[in-house]
Amino acid sequence: MAQSKVHYSKKTRKLVMKETVSAYLFMLPFLIFFLGFVVYPMFMCVYTSFFDATMGDRADIFVGFANYKELFQDQVFIKAFWNTLVIVVVSVPVTCIFSLWVANCISKMNVAATSTFRCIFYLPVVTGSVAVTMVWKWMFNNYYGIFNYVGQTTGMIDRPINWLGDPRYALGCIILILLTTSVGQPIVLYVSALDNVDKSLVEAAEVDGATSLQAFWRIKWPQMMPTTLYILVITTINSFQCFALIQLLTSGGPDNSTMTIMYYIYHNAFKLYRYGYGNAMGVILALIIAALSAVQMKLGQEKN
Amino acid sequence: MKKILALVLAACMVMTFAACGSNNASETTAPADAANAANGSESSNAPAEGKTQISLWTYPIGDWGKQENVNALLAKFNEAHPNIEVKVEYLTYSDGDDKVNTAIEGKRAPDVIMEGPERLVSNWGAKGVMVDLSDLWTEDAKADVFGSVEAACKSADGAYYEYPLCMTAHCMAINKTVFEETGAWQYVDAETHTWTTENFLKACQTLADAGYDIGSIYCNGQGGDQGTRALINNLYGGTFTNAEHTAYTANSPENVKAMETLLNQKGIRYDASINGGEEADLFAQGILKMAFCWNAATHDARKEVIGENFEVFPMAFPSPEGTDTQLCGGIWGFGIFNNGDDAKIEAAKTFIKWVCDENTVESVETSGFWSVRNSVTDTYAGDEMKAVYGSFMQYMGDYYNVIPGWTTARTEWASMLQKISTGTPVAEAAETFVSNANAAAAG
Amino acid sequence: MKEKKSLFYYLSCILIGLVALLFTFTLYWIITGSFKTRPEIMSATPVWFPSEWVMSNYEKLMSSRSAPLFSIFGIQGPNGPAALRWLINTVFMAVASMILTCITSSMAGYALAKKRFAGRGLVFTLIVCAMALPKQVILVPLVRLMAGLNLYDNIWSVIFPIVGWPFGVFLLKQFSEGVPGEMIEAARIDGAGEIKTFVEVVLPMIKPGIGALAIFTFINSWNDYFMQLIMLTTSENLTISLGIATMQAENSTDFGLLMAGSALAAVPIIAIFLVFQKYFTKGITMGAVKG
Repeated sequence: MAQSKVHYSKKTRKLVMKETVSAYLFMLPFLIFFLGFVVYPMFMCVYTSFFDATMGDRADIFVGFANYKELFQDQVFIKAFWNTLVIVVVSVPVTCIFSLWVANCISKMNVAATSTFRCIFYLPVVTGSVAVTMVWKWMFNNYYGIFNYVGQTTGMIDRPINWLGDPRYALGCIILILLTTSVGQPIVLYVSALDNVDKSLVEAAEVDGATSLQAFWRIKWPQMMPTTLYILVITTINSFQCFALIQLLTSGGPDNSTMTIMYYIYHNAFKLYRYGYGNAMGVILALIIAALSAVQMKLGQEKN
Repeated sequence: MKKILALVLAACMVMTFAACGSNNASETTAPADAANAANGSESSNAPAEGKTQISLWTYPIGDWGKQENVNALLAKFNEAHPNIEVKVEYLTYSDGDDKVNTAIEGKRAPDVIMEGPERLVSNWGAKGVMVDLSDLWTEDAKADVFGSVEAACKSADGAYYEYPLCMTAHCMAINKTVFEETGAWQYVDAETHTWTTENFLKACQTLADAGYDIGSIYCNGQGGDQGTRALINNLYGGTFTNAEHTAYTANSPENVKAMETLLNQKGIRYDASINGGEEADLFAQGILKMAFCWNAATHDARKEVIGENFEVFPMAFPSPEGTDTQLCGGIWGFGIFNNGDDAKIEAAKTFIKWVCDENTVESVETSGFWSVRNSVTDTYAGDEMKAVYGSFMQYMGDYYNVIPGWTTARTEWASMLQKISTGTPVAEAAETFVSNANAAAAG
Repeated sequence: MKEKKSLFYYLSCILIGLVALLFTFTLYWIITGSFKTRPEIMSATPVWFPSEWVMSNYEKLMSSRSAPLFSIFGIQGPNGPAALRWLINTVFMAVASMILTCITSSMAGYALAKKRFAGRGLVFTLIVCAMALPKQVILVPLVRLMAGLNLYDNIWSVIFPIVGWPFGVFLLKQFSEGVPGEMIEAARIDGAGEIKTFVEVVLPMIKPGIGALAIFTFINSWNDYFMQLIMLTTSENLTISLGIATMQAENSTDFGLLMAGSALAAVPIIAIFLVFQKYFTKGITMGAVKG
């Protein structure tokens, strides 16, 4: 083997060289952006997290793991961590189940109805998070918002509720708005996944006397597993990164009840000038998300 | 297909260069300098035509937040100094600080900024990103400007990071129409625009009995927090800091009592969903009957909304004796960020001198407040409402905003009020505030 | 073929209808709100339909700030309402990100799928790792990086990181793998060069993938609020989302004005969405299935 390799080496090596060079030339434009604006900042994020970095001309001071140590003693960070967890734990399953339910129902309708409903649920995504947040802020308004009016006239609440100013409700309101902007994509995905389910199998099952619920669980659900997995991963990442809502509605308040890790990073980096500390939080957040994604992927693969 | 690809690629190249161009458009007036600036050598963009461009960022200080008024001032400035082009950016109190901080980190801080000592001196000045303006403070200026204002503009190490233009005393306001209807008007000393704590509480009770939303201890963020501070401190004669400006004293029995009294007062609520500006809006719309975030300019800005619906009556904050009230002052002026370009710093100083020294009266009038100089009086001759607001200056209290740890203290203050709104005992919330703020003050 | 429709199904339909009503209501509330007078907005009893349609909110939106409508090569366009400039900026940003991402990703995706070269494994691992990480955590260091490049407060500082995001490469690599190797070989034998092979053989075959990626990138960059927030500051460089957010800071209770701004931001993209709805759905689905 070795002999023959040497024998052809000159020509082969030339070809390999050519192939490698052309491959890198093809990747060059992407690599410039990728290495420059993604990989390098990621590296800097980890690097700076070991420094006491602030604004102005003062050089960064190396502090080792001090930022990380402080993190785990920072009450607000722990609060932010729990709030983020609540958002994820509530919004991910609700988004998945809700969109599966909706998709399952609307896919049985006629084509026009399916597409209309799909469109309606996708609207908040295209409207953009800021515009959506504004209108919800108005609807939640304490003094002339529509929710307090409807609640009071229908007798569901007896006096106006300060939705965004009351720690009992604020996080719930945030999650509700987050849900409206995050179900659009899963519904679209599920509808098309349901479309692609092998219809003959479903029919066969029904001939055998399976109820529609059984047909759903036994036949459709397993076939949609990859879609579910994808939806799980993107919703998890999106819920972790929920930022615009917090910044525009509550700034983390009242009393840190809506403080999330993402907002706390922003708060530390751009309000308190603690870039190193903010970066340390970023590293932790990245680790959490990466670990969760890995777990979800693993689970998905095992089930398959 | 190939042609299309080539075309698209070419278009992208063009766009990339266009970007560099557009970027520098905001830096220099001469496109020829684009190449220099794109290489990151900001100091080398000495204008080809002898024109210097400086950027001015203003907070909404009266009409200094309005484009047409500022443009009129700038047009006048350019008659005298055609070589300096001023590019204005208008900030707000809710997101302005974030913008400036990000810009500092992004190395695009403005050249000139208009705000008060608590930001210019205690915050950015202390961080070492401002230029010392000692040369603007001539002997004449020092003699003319009020002593307390000068002290506020000076940092602990003796550098001046602000050159002041105007000042005011923040006050509160009541809905006179509703006060008269309900009979609460009897508790107001209409002559002096003051009231005692006792009368204030009686008035609140009267309004509450009539079923009104009276007022709001707003605490969504820091915007307008001088109002909540002044209300709470004055009610039973407490203070915000000690006299030496070294420690926070919000946990004193007087302050705790004040916060508890307000908490128990029907019709007043601690509201974490709004900030000071929003509270003033709600008052102007007639929804709240008192505004704690108020001053001459706040009033001017809302005249249109108030319209003929009701009559606004400015009041000092209630205090045990009424006339011993200590109002929070606001001092506004200019500071210069050190962007490492001497030509720009010089131009910025020329601009500040023109605004504050040469065009004083008009600049002050644009703010809707009063000059910081002894020599400038009668700014709003004949305006009765302005005279009332002007009279509040006699109650101006200690300018404690220059205490170390101010930024943290403001965040903590909002957080304390939010805690109270959620049911944390007042004393406990105040204790947390003081320990966190003092820790920040200690460095 | 027809499935049995149970009571549960009909109940579900009613419920879904109600939720859909809430979804459409928010849009309805934005649009009607933008035409309401201040007292109507502020009314404790909601005004369900404006009694008279006033333009004052839009007038205020258009007159409160002005900015040059564009600036290219240091040449400033004519002054116009800042809101229009924001819209132009946003469209420019989304389109530029879209075009650049499609070009760079299709090239890199093809190379990764069809070429064997040293370091391929490393590059691919880097891409997968980067994809699993949240984009937002790199934003703080990005500010410093952009400052160093003198790109801070420039629309390109938002575009470049989007282009660098590896999802597109990953997606188009999957698509390129579907291109039969024989076709590429055949083109080579016919004497086509590398570029010709890519443009004439590979590109047409991965077109659907590129379409999907284009839509994906467009929506994502349009909605990438956090990045825009920390990168752009001066009013002439803002995007429409940021512009509305700034207006909200300035006139926090003037919901009529805010609704006018929101409508201005939402209506064009909703129109695009409705016209190209089929492609959007296809794009989203394809992006997910292959990714």
